[in-house]
Amino acid sequence: MNLIIKPAETFRGDFSMRNSDAAILRFPFPFPEDNYMYAVNMEPHVRGGPTAAYDAVFDLDEHYLGDMQDRALVLIDDPLRCQVLPHMMDAQWDTLELLMESLAQDFSNHFSLTKNGDNWRWVNRPMKIDDTFTFGRADTLPYPPFEYITRQVQGDFTIQDQRDDNLFMDGGMVTSQADWSLNFDLGMAFHEWHGPVPVAHEIGVFDRALKYLLRLQYGKPVRRLNWTLTVNPRLDTSPENYPLWGPDKATVTAQNVGAKMCLRVELQTLTRLPRSNAILFGIRGYLIRLEELVRVKKWGARLHRAIRDLHPEIAEYKGMPRYRQMIVEYLAPFDDGAVLNAGTAPEQSSL
Amino acid sequence: MITRIANVVALSPTIKRIALEAAEGAALPTAAAGAHILLHIPGPSRVWKNAYSLVSPPDERSKYEIIVRRVEHSRGGSAWLHDHAEIGAKIEIGLPANLFPISQVAQKHLLLSAGIGITPFLAYFPVLQAGAKNFEWHHCCKLADAPAFSALLPRRREITLHTGRNTLNLDSLLGRQKLNTHLYICGPAEFMDVAVAAAQKLGWPGEKIHTESFGGATGGAPFTVKLARSNLTINVGPEESLLEALENAGLNPPCLCRGGACGECELPVLEGIPEHHDHFLPEQKRVQNTAIMACVSRAKTTLVLDF
Repeated sequence: MNLIIKPAETFRGDFSMRNSDAAILRFPFPFPEDNYMYAVNMEPHVRGGPTAAYDAVFDLDEHYLGDMQDRALVLIDDPLRCQVLPHMMDAQWDTLELLMESLAQDFSNHFSLTKNGDNWRWVNRPMKIDDTFTFGRADTLPYPPFEYITRQVQGDFTIQDQRDDNLFMDGGMVTSQADWSLNFDLGMAFHEWHGPVPVAHEIGVFDRALKYLLRLQYGKPVRRLNWTLTVNPRLDTSPENYPLWGPDKATVTAQNVGAKMCLRVELQTLTRLPRSNAILFGIRGYLIRLEELVRVKKWGARLHRAIRDLHPEIAEYKGMPRYRQMIVEYLAPFDDGAVLNAGTAPEQSSL
Repeated sequence: MITRIANVVALSPTIKRIALEAAEGAALPTAAAGAHILLHIPGPSRVWKNAYSLVSPPDERSKYEIIVRRVEHSRGGSAWLHDHAEIGAKIEIGLPANLFPISQVAQKHLLLSAGIGITPFLAYFPVLQAGAKNFEWHHCCKLADAPAFSALLPRRREITLHTGRNTLNLDSLLGRQKLNTHLYICGPAEFMDVAVAAAQKLGWPGEKIHTESFGGATGGAPFTVKLARSNLTINVGPEESLLEALENAGLNPPCLCRGGACGECELPVLEGIPEHHDHFLPEQKRVQNTAIMACVSRAKTTLVLDF
């Protein structure tokens, strides 16, 4: 797959991150209909979808280097963003194998994996990494295997152990999260870590989702989209760092809302791991400023309707009340009220 | 996935070990201890889909190995493999699935197998050994089969072969285990029932008792559905789901997860009694027989669907 990587931009401070036209057109827009409500919106994670973001098993894009640089900065300040419980060592190696094989296959001009029995050589050209190690021996890598590979792949990751007919969040690399904490959730069961989500418990979404995931089959990964809004293209909106990003909410005005407000979409993938029988949960986040998003005509109109008519409890949970009206007013001129096709494809090939 | 039979070894007159390699010579997907594969065995009138535990270690990606016992009253698949499986022949398999994984939190693993139930534990053994795990394995078989199983079992003090009914004292064995021991049982149904009952009687919690099962099949008894709107009659065969039967008839019913959870493929039932296997329908619809999830559920009678 042809992947062009930009020099590292920033997701903090001066927020130099911008989406190119190509990046805007490949954005995984999350609203197939005008109205949004929680559902078990999972589908098989097969190659191909409404945009190019669905073409790889684990998608990388032009922001790769900036993303990885931001992750390294977060880990310097807070090493607890990457934690794995001791019984998850098999899942660590499963993750490393899966991510290395996927990247080497999907982006072969940037990554390569050479195996000679258990002696593996991993080359990551964009990050200038060329390491030889012994698969299964953690002391031959500079970091534990899960941390080693997730420092090199965009998106947050958690690993869930399956036991007692439940899933337990027993490890993760979480540096670009929408206001949740791995350090708080580590070791929790499925309903426990989903505790704060409103409405969905009452309509049985989590009971059904858990039953479905317990039977997730090897080789048949599934995906779903989740979304929220973030002020500025900031990856690290963690509870631990709320003092750093919370005040940003007060800086949004009718004049700057288009430039400052970002739609944050998570392309979530769930993959059964072989040796450990654990589930790898990939939370691949994408940020797009409203002024970038409205350049796709259908998306501007659709987002206007979704935000305008959003269930108040969901709007509250997503931290929206302070600026919801400003967003609706900003988007309204991009919505002529015409009926939009179902689905999320941009329906235009250039901007 | 198409594989080629790479080797066939007779371990006894009724037991064969068969090795499969990827037909294109590529590496097979990493498997898992306890995983099984579905073999698509070409019978004279139809394809049998039989599940076999992998006996090769998870990291073995050049070949998958299975052990097949010729079953007296089998559906035909195991007999076909015994009579016709030849080196070089091609055979289709499904991806490995694991319904019998090793617990990641157990501090001791107690393995009980009987007869051909030895197979998943042959894949467990190298994993437990490599991880320096605390384990104990008791295998039971008929005296006549002892040479074949004895040759398969590693010589270790943790592993015992029992060839008579009375040499394994289940109550004593299960009663002396420490709290964080997990129990794994694989063998004929009668053997598994006895072992599970013994453990339950001694107070073992359910989540620490693991039994091998090849669930997850979408098939079952055949049934018929009548589609009220399109005026079609569809026969759902024993090897296919209602959803697949509708698709095979050229229809395009909504679906998403194909696993009974998402709710997309719910179809209204006008007449008849469904046999529900889904996790979606609320209790009321379930008992009133007003809806069916086409991807996993079947029927006890002929159904009339509003579709």
